[in-house]
Amino acid sequence: MIPGLTDNLQLLTPEFALAGLALLVFAVDLVVPASRKNLLGWLSIAGLVGLIVLSLWMLWGESESLYNGLLAVDAFSLFFKIFFLGLGIFIILSSMDYVDKHLTSRGEFYGLILFSILGMNVMAQSRELLTAYISLELLSFCLYVLAAYARNEAKSNEAGLKYIIIGAFSSALLLYGVSMVYSTLGVTQFDSISAALTNTADVSPALWVGMALILVGLGFKLAVVPFHMWAPDVYEGAPFPVTAYLAIASKAAAFALVLRLFAEGFLPAADQWQIVVAVLAGITMLGGNLVALAQHNIKRLMAYSGIGQVGIILTGIAAMSADSILPVSGVMLYLVGYSMTNMLVFAGLISFFNMTGKDEIADFRGLADGQPFLAATIAIGLFSLGGLPIFAGFTIKFYLFTALASQGLLWLAGLAIFSSLISLYYYLQVIRQMYIRPVEEVAEAIAGGEVHVPEGTDVSTSPLILAVQAVTLVGVFWVGVYPAPFLMVIDAASHAILPGL
Amino acid sequence: MENFDQIVLALVIFVPLVGAILAMFMPADRQKDVWYFAIVVAGLSLILSVYIFVRYDYGAGGFQFHDNYPWLPTPVDINLTLAVDGISALLILLNGIILFGGVLISQTIVYRPRDFFVLLLALGAGVFGTFAVRDLFFLFFFYELAVLPMYLLIGVWGSSTDFRTFFRTKDYAAMKLFIFLVAGSVLVWIGILAMYMGASDAGFSTFSLETLGGLAEAGRFSENFQTWVFPLFMIGFGVLAGLWPFHTWSPDGHVSAPTAVSMLHAGVLMKLGAYGIIRVGMVLLPEGAENWMPVLITLGTVNVLYGAVSAMSQTDLKYIIGYSSVSHMGYVLMGIATLDRIGVGGAVLQMFSHGIMTALMFLLVGAIYDRTHTRDINVLRGLFSRMGVTGFFFAIAGLASLGLPGLSGFIAEFMVFTGAFRTYLPLAVLAVIGAALTAVYILRLLALTFFGESDDRWEHLTDASPVEKAVGGVFVLILIIVGVWPEPLMRLINVSVDALPGV
Repeated sequence: MIPGLTDNLQLLTPEFALAGLALLVFAVDLVVPASRKNLLGWLSIAGLVGLIVLSLWMLWGESESLYNGLLAVDAFSLFFKIFFLGLGIFIILSSMDYVDKHLTSRGEFYGLILFSILGMNVMAQSRELLTAYISLELLSFCLYVLAAYARNEAKSNEAGLKYIIIGAFSSALLLYGVSMVYSTLGVTQFDSISAALTNTADVSPALWVGMALILVGLGFKLAVVPFHMWAPDVYEGAPFPVTAYLAIASKAAAFALVLRLFAEGFLPAADQWQIVVAVLAGITMLGGNLVALAQHNIKRLMAYSGIGQVGIILTGIAAMSADSILPVSGVMLYLVGYSMTNMLVFAGLISFFNMTGKDEIADFRGLADGQPFLAATIAIGLFSLGGLPIFAGFTIKFYLFTALASQGLLWLAGLAIFSSLISLYYYLQVIRQMYIRPVEEVAEAIAGGEVHVPEGTDVSTSPLILAVQAVTLVGVFWVGVYPAPFLMVIDAASHAILPGL
Repeated sequence: MENFDQIVLALVIFVPLVGAILAMFMPADRQKDVWYFAIVVAGLSLILSVYIFVRYDYGAGGFQFHDNYPWLPTPVDINLTLAVDGISALLILLNGIILFGGVLISQTIVYRPRDFFVLLLALGAGVFGTFAVRDLFFLFFFYELAVLPMYLLIGVWGSSTDFRTFFRTKDYAAMKLFIFLVAGSVLVWIGILAMYMGASDAGFSTFSLETLGGLAEAGRFSENFQTWVFPLFMIGFGVLAGLWPFHTWSPDGHVSAPTAVSMLHAGVLMKLGAYGIIRVGMVLLPEGAENWMPVLITLGTVNVLYGAVSAMSQTDLKYIIGYSSVSHMGYVLMGIATLDRIGVGGAVLQMFSHGIMTALMFLLVGAIYDRTHTRDINVLRGLFSRMGVTGFFFAIAGLASLGLPGLSGFIAEFMVFTGAFRTYLPLAVLAVIGAALTAVYILRLLALTFFGESDDRWEHLTDASPVEKAVGGVFVLILIIVGVWPEPLMRLINVSVDALPGV
């Protein structure tokens, strides 16, 4: 028996409990009648709330390394654990109506979401390449199935197939990279990699290729240009809540892994990869935002917008350094603001889809008159994504770009600001459809005449989605106006992976 | 009073902001109630801004009404620091006046009135904030907050116009304006980050204008650094100030915007740009300013002439005034670029004078358009016999605009010319020619619109409504008072201009 295998096992209680919850959902699914499947959604939500409380109660202030440094239970992993559990609640809340209406095999949907959260939680904790790989695969396999969940729709099937093929390909690259790093350094633990990199005078070509392959593999998962081709198709085909989940949670999880890997592992070789990541970030934000200009489907628009945002977040990775936590904190604050904002937008889009079954941008025409609150939440979310105050988008961008400037990467910050300007244009196109009417129609509306509102939007938004909108709306304003409390927690998390500061 | 003085700046920002938030929760269809509420909020803001203006101690000078709220701790170190000098106090007063006037004359907004006033008040809060803060982060925050509502204000409540040869839709104008302004703020943002970088090279990580200003005074920013950062601010803020050749959004935007938005936009928002050049560019980068001022004064002169010539060839009332704003903002930019105490003082006075004058003109054009449904000066004829008061006010505004002695425009332009004559003589001569061109298009506008044979179609026209008359009357009074007795304004301006480095 490996020594230390059962030490501090109780620190993993939340993970065991989450796996148990997922299995419980699968089991209960067998006995719940088909008409009451959303009970499983409520069960999952109750479980997730319980897990948040449990994690905070058990792990607050812990800083332990498990299994000879394979897993870390520290402020960083706790931060992301709460983050992912909370996101899970929002996603399940906003999917329940959709699942009832559009999907079959409704019970397993929630179980798969729970398993994917487990994968994300372990990703944020892993401090070793293979552990990270396995948790990433746990997440990815759940997502492959979820993307193809609307099994009677050709697009959804295509999405799942495309996703699994690209996913398998990128996993292979990642694994190959891991093996090359192992073959050159002889270790796979992040801290050992870091120590080895500190001691070697120069990086050998094989090691360089290994790190590059790991970067490419993760780049595929993050949809970094030029490894992004799958994203728009998968986003478009996947069921709407799954699109939201892909856009928010899977990206945040991959960034959690990237942050820990680069901070704890690759940082001593920063001079090798910094410029590569910076260039990738640059082409990602320009590529994503420029192609987004040409989209007419809202899901594809959000996919390309997400690619653009990933480019901006990557700039923070490129700015990481051993003597400042600003870039790491900047990335984490960005992830918080980005997730809240996207959740707000997607909740509105899902609600619109539930009402009308449509997802073209032109279908939103006149929404502000039919559903003022819905339109306002979407518009606020889009303005926030475009980086305008008093919403989260402005503050998180300013903070991240300040971090870039503090590391002397002003050109990259300038590029990111410029790409935000491009993104604002296509966000405004959606807002324009919802709000701006031709003058004659305004005159008609004043005269009390009939004005066009999108078909099917006369029903009210479901209370579940309203709850998501209300909470994320508060969050978007809170981060935008007073991020200090968030930053306190985030700084603690950053210190956990950059212990030298 | 001491305590109140400390929070008065916070109040002047947060009264309209909180007002906007509260208005969101009012019922959407109670048009009158929302309007009354907005009047109360804007009225309170006006009282506060008058208070700031009156209480500013010009004898002591410098920055007053200090207040500080920590926002983010180190390592970024951002504080909501509030303080005003004479220039800011004057512009806060200007915003208070025009916001109140704009809200008052907006009872004609019947389509989604609640959302209109929410956005209008948010815009007002953004402008107040930009003038009152002493921290680059918050300056930019409020600056963007003032720009944000413009897209919807023009897009939703604006008007599209058929010019027979071409068609200007309101969403075109809104998008053009918004993209131009945000593109300008891209440069400003990069400039702000560059300042942060420059300060960290000097051992500080701060956005505070006080600290950065101190560093600038101590010569801690190299000339090289200043020379490449200054144009970011000059062009970035310049876009909002209507700097040629980045001015093209401004006439289009003004034409499509509803009356109150045109008033605020031409009256106050464009001044934000000029203010930014003074407050950020000149103060933080004095050597950069010195190196770039020949360029700025040349562009400013082009502004004056180009705007005037364009205005001469327009036939739409709003386009004429829009281009006239471009022309008059040229005087502001020229005045700033002289780096001469009289010239810069003139620029600041011109900001105030032009703000009131152009707001008055847009108000009157709105009144005319509401009644005649046209703004074509070839169609409008002899309105004076039907709309006497409107015509009279328009004449005063026009005369102020062409620089008639006894009205505010004369003093401001005269000071700008004096400054320019002392520094860049040939350009000053050109600018005086520009002033003559102003006379041409203003007199042409007045002659065609108000005088001559009255058209039968205008027989049933009524004059401006009492509210419009009252607001217009107050604006006219301000133009006259400033014209004959500029002393109270000049005291504030002079004490603050003298404190600017490099002047």
